[in-house]
Amino acid sequence: MAIAENKTVGRRTPPPFLRGLITAAKTVGSVAITMLGLMFVTFLIGRVMPVDPVLAVVGERASKEIYQATYEAMGLDKPLLVQFAYYLWDVLHGDFGMSLLNARPVSEDIKRVFPATLELATLGTLIGVLLGVPLGVTAAVRRGTWIDQIARFVALIGYSMPIFWLGLIGLLIFYGILGWVGGPGRLGIFYEDLVPVRTGMILVDSAIDGNWSVFRNAFSHIILPASILGYYSMAYISRMTRSFMLEQLSAEYITTARVKGLPERTVIWRHAFGNIKVQLITVIALSYANLLEGAVLTETIFSWPGIGSYITTALLSADMAAVLGGTIVVGLIFVLINIFSDLLYKFFDPRAK
Amino acid sequence: MSETLLDVENLRVTFPTRQGEFQAVRGVSFTLGRERLGIVGESGSGKSMTGRAILRLIRPPGRVEADRMEFRGEDLLAKSERDMQKIRGQKISMVMQDPKFSLNPVMKIGEQIMEIYRFHTGAGRSAARRKAVEMLEAVQIRDPERVMRAYPHEMSGGMGQRIMIAMMLVTEPEILIADEPTSALDVSVQTQVLSIIDRLVRERGMGLIFISHDLNLVASFCDRVLIMYAGRIVEVCDAGKLHEATHPYTRGLLGSLPRIDAPQPRLEVLKRDPAWAQAPSVSGRT
Repeated sequence: MAIAENKTVGRRTPPPFLRGLITAAKTVGSVAITMLGLMFVTFLIGRVMPVDPVLAVVGERASKEIYQATYEAMGLDKPLLVQFAYYLWDVLHGDFGMSLLNARPVSEDIKRVFPATLELATLGTLIGVLLGVPLGVTAAVRRGTWIDQIARFVALIGYSMPIFWLGLIGLLIFYGILGWVGGPGRLGIFYEDLVPVRTGMILVDSAIDGNWSVFRNAFSHIILPASILGYYSMAYISRMTRSFMLEQLSAEYITTARVKGLPERTVIWRHAFGNIKVQLITVIALSYANLLEGAVLTETIFSWPGIGSYITTALLSADMAAVLGGTIVVGLIFVLINIFSDLLYKFFDPRAK
Repeated sequence: MSETLLDVENLRVTFPTRQGEFQAVRGVSFTLGRERLGIVGESGSGKSMTGRAILRLIRPPGRVEADRMEFRGEDLLAKSERDMQKIRGQKISMVMQDPKFSLNPVMKIGEQIMEIYRFHTGAGRSAARRKAVEMLEAVQIRDPERVMRAYPHEMSGGMGQRIMIAMMLVTEPEILIADEPTSALDVSVQTQVLSIIDRLVRERGMGLIFISHDLNLVASFCDRVLIMYAGRIVEVCDAGKLHEATHPYTRGLLGSLPRIDAPQPRLEVLKRDPAWAQAPSVSGRT
């Protein structure tokens, strides 16, 4: 009996580097397929839209010959699959085509707008996690007390209040009346172009440059929209944390931890919290990915030149190259975040190994 | 039996419900020396609640009250939560039913054993590690070094329960409460786990409270048996004299057991008398 039991302890698996290679190949393969599907669907939608891309380039009063020449130059006379293949080739070389709106390469536009969203979403998620996780844990531990009720109320507001309203009221109070924060935009007009662009994230760039007055100004601009996004992600994260924790706190191993005589702090943070890390990672990753898609309303209200408002503008003016480019980038981010959270999963849950 | 480790008088565990107060344990009295005391009863008879109440692990809004609940003369009910933590795991430990759920799934087994030892003794990592390995050997785990680095899901039920026992005895407590420690295990491993508990409790001169619904097991394993019904003790007897029990509930339980030497076409069905639940609790104090 004992021999049979002990065998389960050290089950040997194929050499680790081979296993790693297989896992990596599988991951890359699934990413490639997902991205291909995404691009194809988006491409197709762009082509079936009742908008004439040639007309948008040559204008309404162009002659028939010019129209035809442009039509062929854009490759529109070729079969759809061939067009897609060309597009794919270009994308693989980092070329998303030209924006109709400003006649600049879409890839350059994205390089400009994406860091703005990245900066905002990262700070927002950071605020959401730093406030939401402790709030959720406390609400679960003090279930039914006034702290739990307040946490519930705060989250309910987060769930039900429209973000544009909260954004406008926030601007009115903290910018208009109190003057504590900077207004819309990423920087005050006197601070623009003072630091060289490295990452495109002004907080990071100014910190690298050591230009703290720019950093302070950028911070005063980003803090309000980031807090508002952070508030929403806090509402979500705190509710999820609370329900994960409640589930764990009633588990038998928590009783074991208490029988061991461990202080409640250790029981909660080491034992219970140690078991929700995995689920929490998924929730946080999803919420982060959501913000990275670009919070269109927030970006609009705060005149934040991010990817959300970029795609929206492109969509409204039927600038399909820009829409496609933006969608692919957002899709890729989503997929990458998912892979990253899977990796963390394996790291935190011994059963997933 | 000369020394009383635990003295409980009129223990009550109460939970408020919408229909009023529910008393899970209603005036239980017993003492425990360096002996093996069995508590038997059906589900909901209050036997597990009694075990948890001793460690004061009944979570609010549940309440634990007693005229007396003393560990070696120290009043357990008067202790602060902080002082109670020094009792739990160090003086009184508990092994629970299913090791699948009672071990932390994301902590290495070694860490879990070392944690309790280090917390109560303040020992360093290497000392705690040596002690944990030693303890795993004491519960007949082969290759303890490897088990130290393993996670609970890599263990079988029998190993898990032996690890649980190792963890709960590493601080050398004086009382072990075993709450149905073999119910979740295969029959073939049950005896192995029981004999390990038996040996360690004997060697260390500990007091054991063995909670079970298995009459025969308790009769063969313990010195004294309390039979609980509806939150009360209905009968107390020496384990060897269980077949001489007089209370109709105990008789009914014994009668409803199948016997391999005297097969019956139909087993007896236990007929409950509402008066049992009303009768005052029998004292298990010696």
